[in-house]
Amino acid sequence: MTITTGDIELAGVYKHFGGMAAVDGVSLKIPDGAYCCFLGPSGCGKTTILRMIAGHEDPTGGEILIGGEDVAGLPPVQRRTAMMFQSYALFPHLSVRDNVAFPLRVRGQSRAERFKVADAMLEKVRLTELANRLPGQLSGGQQQRVALARAAITEPRVLLLDEPLSALDEQLRIQMRTELRRMQRELGITFVHVTHTQLEAIALADIVVVMEKGKIKQAGPAREVYAQPHDRYVAEFLGGQNVFSGKITHVNGSSVTVSAPDASAIVVPLMGRSVVRGGDHVDLAVRRDDIHLRRPGLTVEPGWNAISTRIRTIEYQGAFVKVMLDTIGEAEFVAYVPEREFFSDAFNVGDAVAAAWPAERSLLLS
Amino acid sequence: MNATQASIADLAKRTRRAAKYRDENRRPWTFWVLVALFAAYVLALYGPMLCIYVLSFQDLRGGLVFPMKGLSLHWFVDLFTQVRTGDVKGGFERSIILAILVTVLTVVGSFMAGLAFRRRFRGDGIVFYLMIGSLVAPGLVLGIGIGLLFQYFGLTASWYTSALGAQLSWTLPFGVLVMFAVMSRFDRAWEEAARDLGASRWQIIRMIVIPILAPGIVAVALFGFTLSYDEFSRTLQTSGPLNTLPLEIWSMTLNVTSPSLYALGTVTTLASFLIIGVCLGAIAVMQKRRSNQSGSQQ
Repeated sequence: MTITTGDIELAGVYKHFGGMAAVDGVSLKIPDGAYCCFLGPSGCGKTTILRMIAGHEDPTGGEILIGGEDVAGLPPVQRRTAMMFQSYALFPHLSVRDNVAFPLRVRGQSRAERFKVADAMLEKVRLTELANRLPGQLSGGQQQRVALARAAITEPRVLLLDEPLSALDEQLRIQMRTELRRMQRELGITFVHVTHTQLEAIALADIVVVMEKGKIKQAGPAREVYAQPHDRYVAEFLGGQNVFSGKITHVNGSSVTVSAPDASAIVVPLMGRSVVRGGDHVDLAVRRDDIHLRRPGLTVEPGWNAISTRIRTIEYQGAFVKVMLDTIGEAEFVAYVPEREFFSDAFNVGDAVAAAWPAERSLLLS
Repeated sequence: MNATQASIADLAKRTRRAAKYRDENRRPWTFWVLVALFAAYVLALYGPMLCIYVLSFQDLRGGLVFPMKGLSLHWFVDLFTQVRTGDVKGGFERSIILAILVTVLTVVGSFMAGLAFRRRFRGDGIVFYLMIGSLVAPGLVLGIGIGLLFQYFGLTASWYTSALGAQLSWTLPFGVLVMFAVMSRFDRAWEEAARDLGASRWQIIRMIVIPILAPGIVAVALFGFTLSYDEFSRTLQTSGPLNTLPLEIWSMTLNVTSPSLYALGTVTTLASFLIIGVCLGAIAVMQKRRSNQSGSQQ
């Protein structure tokens, strides 16, 4: 049996650690050549899933298929997977070249043979000058490139990356992020990347998988997960949204009216959902960059929602200005105002404002 | 003068004082007290040994006490020619062979124990404390016990059976403790990465674990060797009819009254230092090769 493609299928995968379910019934399909990010807080089971795909951990239940083959019990090499560890796990006693050539050494290739392949790979990740260095003499970014080269040299169909950028400082992280994406395109293989940073996930991934407590909360393209979160958890974890709860006061065919503790009559489109009734408590979300601030008394366009509120703090962020408003119930209420727009008529802390947004931009969460 | 001026003046004074300390590189008097204390300690540590080394270089007229009489290698020659001084050559040979045996067994045992103890297992606490127990048990009592047991079972005690066992009861726990310290800095991700990259269990041990732990393993070997080489209390009742070197020296102190005893002390010390030197040299070479591998070939 040989695996030739890198499509992954998880079918009802469970993993228990002494009674505790670390992974609780996960089913997912990742197409060949996709960049997939598992996103969630620590302890949500994302690393366990990665380790099960890699074959370093056996699932308690369910099936894992790679390239259409059930890989239960197979060692990593036969799965055609390679893993990049969180701390890179470069062998400290071997030079960069020896590290990269290690997988070929254990396969019994001669020194000359494996060094030739290793040198070609080192050139690909632009490390040729450092081939004779020891890992301890490299910077974090260089170490990561060695780890990448070492993992890629066996021509895996799937590369598994465990928090690959967490050991780097901010600037390097963004640089290496681009590099990872470039490598993925060049190698043309499936990347599965585990992270707890939502910016990293949405910047890189074709598929973002948001996890909580061993379960998948939402999986889909980055834009979909960011802009159309299914529920409160996803909306809050990905950020960029104001999420608040309210009670339905009126149902009208295509939309409902919701009233929240400090805001009344917010109109939210139903978008095909029909299971809501008057009196139901619901969560709803509005993107922070959809909120427009108006001087009180100005008329608001028809079809818009408006909430009278007050400015608490103003943070300059460069491209936009983050304006924090009085909370709605207990929920934070924030507007991201484009920089030029904000300063054309700047507000001050304490100013009373009307926060308005087009009603159709409100999102009903489940 | 207002408060600000006062504080500025104070600051200037303090700055000058700090500068003075820096300029003269002055140390507080406590520094010199501690230096004197340390010097006295070093003197007490090496003084007695130096006396023995010095007195071993006397000539024919030499005695066991100062003052020094003449200067020659007479007693070194005497040591290896005179029969009455005891079986120094045999004792030395036995001690070296025994030390090598103990070293090998200690290294292998400690390495495997180190690997085993990285994971918790049922009864690991008991095993650990049993091991520590044999470390703290009085050596003489332990030796007598082993001697008795051998007698009871009708076995002949000898330096390569009962004494070997008695010495291992001392070196093995020591080696394991050192190994624990060495292992604690070993990242399991290295092993996992090697497995991920296709290495078999044996390849992981051979290509990853042993090379990374090598300096620590040499340290364990060094411990095993030196602890065995001058082991006395546990060996006393277990070595059987033939003595190891420390036992031979001890019996000589009872009946030899010439500086050849001191010559023996000098020779055995040299042997010890030689072995320690070789081991430390090996560690240094290993570490140097690691860091050189990098620069030299570029």
